[in-house]
Amino acid sequence: MGFLDHFAFIAEALAHLSVGIPRTILLAVASLLIGFVLAIGVAAALLSQAFLPRWIANGYVYIFRSSPLLVQIFLIYYGSGQFRSLFESLGLWGLFREAWFCAILALALNTCAYQAVLIAGGLRAVPWGQIEAAQAVGMSRCRVFVTVAFPQALRHALPAYSNEVVLMIKATALASTITILEITGLAKQMASETYRPFEVFAAAGLVYIALNGAVAAGFTRGERFLRRNVAQRT
Amino acid sequence: MDLGILAWGDTGWGDELARGVLTTVAIASAAYLVGAALGTLLAAMKLSGTPAMNVPAAVYTTTMRGIPEMLVIYLVFFGGGALSSWIASSVLGIHDRVDLPSFAVGVVCIALSVAAYACEVIRGAVLAVPGGQIEAAEAVGMTRSQRNRLVVAPQAFRMALPGMTNVWQFALKDTALVSIIGVTEVMRTASIGSDATKQPFTFYFAALVIFIVIAYLSQRLFVRLQASADRGVRWGS
Repeated sequence: MGFLDHFAFIAEALAHLSVGIPRTILLAVASLLIGFVLAIGVAAALLSQAFLPRWIANGYVYIFRSSPLLVQIFLIYYGSGQFRSLFESLGLWGLFREAWFCAILALALNTCAYQAVLIAGGLRAVPWGQIEAAQAVGMSRCRVFVTVAFPQALRHALPAYSNEVVLMIKATALASTITILEITGLAKQMASETYRPFEVFAAAGLVYIALNGAVAAGFTRGERFLRRNVAQRT
Repeated sequence: MDLGILAWGDTGWGDELARGVLTTVAIASAAYLVGAALGTLLAAMKLSGTPAMNVPAAVYTTTMRGIPEMLVIYLVFFGGGALSSWIASSVLGIHDRVDLPSFAVGVVCIALSVAAYACEVIRGAVLAVPGGQIEAAEAVGMTRSQRNRLVVAPQAFRMALPGMTNVWQFALKDTALVSIIGVTEVMRTASIGSDATKQPFTFYFAALVIFIVIAYLSQRLFVRLQASADRGVRWGS
């Protein structure tokens, strides 16, 4: 086997794996967005004055952050089978039988826990004077949150968010363990069909590095955009 | 849900799971120590300021942090196996298929990813040691090695601990991934148990609880370590 042949095969693998790129992106984007919406509520609960919501939110965050994502995915996908009759009577079995649904649910619940901590940290960093000022001009609590506190919290959280997006793109690889043929799933399939695992998995690695490089570059631009109205320290 | 299947002994899976816990802790600890040592080396390379050291370390950490850990495991286990077989047949003339030991591969793969994350933590901690400390060490005539050993390292250790606690949690959770190459740690034991008993929820829930308990107990160990590293520090002075 010639040296050039390896590169030719890696190029072939890249072409084959590119089919999985939209699937990986779909998994990541769907779970990040669902996780984000849920995380706003969880972050609010984490900062709540009331004991019960704070306690529940803390418990949720603790459980999802200190156990492996693979366990969470298997628990939802395979574990739901143990309660099949219950899910059938609730009319939910059609969903839980679906690998895509279970993967996105597990990824979303997982990233929600991490995002909630990020958002709560961002909210804590908003200067209290800003909230008081907003209240002083007669804004409602809800309006203070939406127009004053939350946008500033996001700006604080954004650098850490780029990290979370990269971690989620990496995490989508675990969906391959429950039959989803995204980049890693396709690579596994191709490696066992061609008996050339080294080239195939290396090609998959290149695809992930390109994806995550694009994410990092995008976030650098986004940060610059969000800081456009912030006075520059000189 | 029948919790009897998690009992100890021949009738239940309690003892199998306990053995899985030992394997999980062994893999995580070994990978963490190797990864921390490798991470220190990478941090030293990044701090050296010479491009010949700097660039390879930066390429390594960027690559490792951009690739899913599971893919790294596949690459090393299957790719490494194929590569070893090829070397064995073309160089040594042995035409058997070479299988790499999955436990060792698991440790190496997790250590490789721990190193990438630990590197950033340790680099940050070294940079956080106040410049005055280094100047003071120079002023009393310490050599470079004395300065690093007696002044920089103990302080950097203290500042790296919170970050290294996070890296430990990463390593611990990553051990679940080595179940895919057949290492019978907690996750793999749970899979075997759920296949045998058709009680997947019971087993994966048990695995979830086990991981949370290990994470909690090890967290407390790190809190103690931090307290001992912080002794003699005057807060707010």
